[in-house]
Amino acid sequence: MKVRIQRDGGMAEYAVAARASQTVLDVVTEIQREQAPDLAYRFACRVGMCGSCAMEVNGVARWTCRTHVSRVVGADGVLELRPLANLPVIRDLVTDMAPFFEKWSRAGGQFVPKDGVVPAEFAVVPPASPQRREADAGIECIGCGVCYASCDIVSWNADYLGPAAMNRAWTLVNDERDGARAGRLRAVAGDAGCHSCHSTQGCTERCPKGLDPSGAIAGLKRTIFWGLA
Amino acid sequence: MRDRRHPAYWGFVLHRASGVALALFLPLHFWALGQAIHGAAALDGFLRLVDHPLFTLAEWGLVVLLALHLAGGLRVMALEFLGWRHRQKDLVAASAGFAFGIGMMFLLHVG
Repeated sequence: MKVRIQRDGGMAEYAVAARASQTVLDVVTEIQREQAPDLAYRFACRVGMCGSCAMEVNGVARWTCRTHVSRVVGADGVLELRPLANLPVIRDLVTDMAPFFEKWSRAGGQFVPKDGVVPAEFAVVPPASPQRREADAGIECIGCGVCYASCDIVSWNADYLGPAAMNRAWTLVNDERDGARAGRLRAVAGDAGCHSCHSTQGCTERCPKGLDPSGAIAGLKRTIFWGLA
Repeated sequence: MRDRRHPAYWGFVLHRASGVALALFLPLHFWALGQAIHGAAALDGFLRLVDHPLFTLAEWGLVVLLALHLAGGLRVMALEFLGWRHRQKDLVAASAGFAFGIGMMFLLHVG
């Protein structure tokens, strides 16, 4: 199989043997170990828990560890790998995630306990309550950046907070223990916030966890529209 | 090339493109209505163009654009105001189907 990898602004080409149950991360690792020791890429867990191995595979952002080559290789037998879109490239397939997480912070992604102190007792939140269900819907995000790389709005407006940061904000807006609701809604209501979303839903389409950041952003818009701060 | 190969993106493009096309049509619409200022004869003279097959084709296009924009807009409003998060692809297909159906109904009434 032919593998093209974006390196130093150009595309480097490698030939790798196709194997059974081979993941894209297996391919990248084989290239680095056998052919290009200076190839930079990022991974940690290899089992879809850490989210660090996300890349553009044949034009689609994916976790490479959970993507079988056989499911994504083109009809021409070519695998094309690029670093995640919408993020500065450090080297080869490694992107700088700092702008991504800086936006989580700007969107009010930190939990702030009511009255400024964490209560001694566990808060009892009924699992069937609507707010708990809304919080549950987005809480499994591991911050891999696939949604951010798949978002058209980020590519149009570099300041746009992006799907993951606002999914986090929506989760906290629905957290009844949280005490920073009004400030958080103000943080996501600006020009670079939820109202800039065109609901193209690339985030929801590509989220490897099956989360729905687009729906979360719609929830923020709705809450702000009805003045439920 | 950016990753845009999914139905919700096509739904967005159809909604946006139909909206832009309808906005471009509006001045023409008002200009046609404005012919009435010059009297009934001027307006009637202009409206005789309606009988031309090309006009009917353009009218069909207008009806399809309106149906696309209506259905696409209702889909987005359902997502944003009612929180219909699920089955978005089905809703995109349904809104395209609605526009197709309206287009076919228009053609059935031609002639």
